[in-house]
Amino acid sequence: MSLILHPNIKNTDGFYDTLLGAHDGLSKSESDAFNARLILILANHIGDREILTQALLAAKL
Amino acid sequence: MVDIRYDLAFTLYPYEKVAAQDHPPARHPVVVIGGGPVGMALAVDLGQRGTPVLLLDDHEGVGQGSRAICFSKRTLEICDRLGFGQAVHDKGVIWNVGRVFHGETPVFNFDLQPEDGDKFPAFVNLQQPYFEKFATKAARTAQNQGAPIEIRGRNRVTQIDQHDTYAVLTVETPDGSYQIEADWVIACDGARSPSRKMLGLEFKGRVFEDNFLIADVKMTADFPSERWFWFEPPFEGAGQSALLHKQPDDIWRIDFQLGWDIDRDAELDPANIRRRVDAMLSSQTGTVPAYDLEWISIYTFQCRRMEKFVHNRVIFAGDAAHQVSPFGARGANSGLQDIDNLAWKLELVVKGLAGDALIESYDMERSHGADENILNSSRATDFMTPKSAISKVFRNAVLTLAQKHDFARPLVNSGRLSVPCIYDDLPLNGPDMMTGPARTRVGASCPDAPFGDGFLLENIGGKFTLLVLNTQAPQDLCEAGIEIETLITHTPSAELRTRYLGQHDAAVYLIRPDQHIVARWPTFDETALRAALRTAIAKDRV
Ligand SMILES: Cc1cc2nc3c(=O)[nH]c(=O)nc-3n(C[C@H](O)[C@H](O)[C@H](O)COP(=O)(O)OP(=O)(O)OC[C@H]3O[C@@H](n4cnc5c(N)ncnc54)[C@H](O)[C@@H]3O)c2cc1C
Repeated sequence: MSLILHPNIKNTDGFYDTLLGAHDGLSKSESDAFNARLILILANHIGDREILTQALLAAKL
Repeated sequence: MVDIRYDLAFTLYPYEKVAAQDHPPARHPVVVIGGGPVGMALAVDLGQRGTPVLLLDDHEGVGQGSRAICFSKRTLEICDRLGFGQAVHDKGVIWNVGRVFHGETPVFNFDLQPEDGDKFPAFVNLQQPYFEKFATKAARTAQNQGAPIEIRGRNRVTQIDQHDTYAVLTVETPDGSYQIEADWVIACDGARSPSRKMLGLEFKGRVFEDNFLIADVKMTADFPSERWFWFEPPFEGAGQSALLHKQPDDIWRIDFQLGWDIDRDAELDPANIRRRVDAMLSSQTGTVPAYDLEWISIYTFQCRRMEKFVHNRVIFAGDAAHQVSPFGARGANSGLQDIDNLAWKLELVVKGLAGDALIESYDMERSHGADENILNSSRATDFMTPKSAISKVFRNAVLTLAQKHDFARPLVNSGRLSVPCIYDDLPLNGPDMMTGPARTRVGASCPDAPFGDGFLLENIGGKFTLLVLNTQAPQDLCEAGIEIETLITHTPSAELRTRYLGQHDAAVYLIRPDQHIVARWPTFDETALRAALRTAIAKDRV
């Protein structure tokens, strides 16, 4: 398995809307905390250390 | 008096006094208010069906200036059915390549390659006045062939009185006012719709607090026919986003999203505009080509709609019924889908072959379309102008990732271009009896494909059609007074097979006059077909 970097979400615009909607009304620090929790939840779902390492690399500029 | 609200690009229907102005009100089956792209196309559609139509416009032709430029494939297909699709296509500019920038940085490019087997490309760019001129020409051609179309220029509707089964219009002309009675009134009088106000109806939605500076520039220099879009453009004072897009006659459309608190007069100062335009045009080459400013204007945009499009005998279409921000080119393109949907329904109702339930279905189907368009153009607007700090963080993360990774590109939203609306799960739909391709499911508009020496859509417009692939069905079917044309092929083209058969060997499609699919079956079933046709005209609904 390697990290999926091609489009993989159906109804991308709908997902993006929901993602931003989840931040509605949050302060800056609440938003940061929300993002941190979300990353940890998604990382746990992925589980595979190799993939998570690749994801950390992909997010680097 | 009928004051002039705007200058004309083309004078097409000069005022002429008609006898009706000195007589008691005459009754017309259908009166269309407004000769913009939507009203004029509706008049052509109705006239070609033999349904008498009187169109009233408060000017004598097409307004000057820069509005719609992108016309979609579906619009071209509808116009082709009405006899002016080819003219729009031939005058228009076809573009395929789009480039997206974030500040100075190129994010990615896309290529809208035309689909194999379609008569028309995904989009053509054409100035709206040309589009309206071609529509009016089609109306004149139809008139000359005997179509019952009448156009009265400089006739302004100033009052609408609704009665149970008709409406009375008061019309102002240079020779004073007169009245007209109409069984059906179709208000296509634009975003500021005076008709809507006369009936005291609301137009609700979101106003985007933003001003857009639109400049059309003419340059004969060699410059690519591409769409360039900037998020956070690097040119001084250029605002949140900027767009550069080619039109015919060596004209380029330039858009700057300026924000809410602006000094309009300063922004409209040509010296100011030139500074930004220079920076934009030279950004990729380093040199400023020679150009003239042809047209400058500032717009604000709304996303809003009427709650209902049908109000007793007055039906709203186009911008009068719904308005969107311009990202995605969903204004005129959705208005054309409105009249495509409405014309055949009006014809059947005027002929007494269908009842008011069919008109109600227009409201349901096109409300669905309007909601889809508003959703898409609102999302695009939100992406361009993030509503909060965190939205901007995500937006910029998407733009950064999209430079390197494919997956982020679909998230980049500089406008989701208009595609035909699919009437999923709506009451006029019949059964979908095969697990066929998704794009030809019930409710969809027929995708084009090569057919015989030409194209499928050239063969199926205007009437109910039974498309029969690799099987048999009778000719001359008639149900509820409606004739069904049968179109059989035993040698479908490869594209026709992929789009209409999928895994199946044979198929039978019932198609509406607006080329939307009513029902499909693997074989011909007469009882089912008759029932589907009755469903499609809302025959047994109250
Ligand atoms: C800057 C800009 C860019 C755009 N770009 C695109 C694009 O790329 N693609 C796209 O599809 N759409 C685009 N649009 C939207 C498009 O211009 C409109 O959706 C389209 O003009 C709507 O057509 P209409 O016929 O409904 O109304 P209109 O074009 O507004 O026509 C209304 C007509 O009714 C007449 N009228 C008004 N009141 C009366 C009365 N009382 N009596 C008689 N007649 C009356 C008017 O004179 C006019 O002729 C853009 C709009 C803007 C502003």
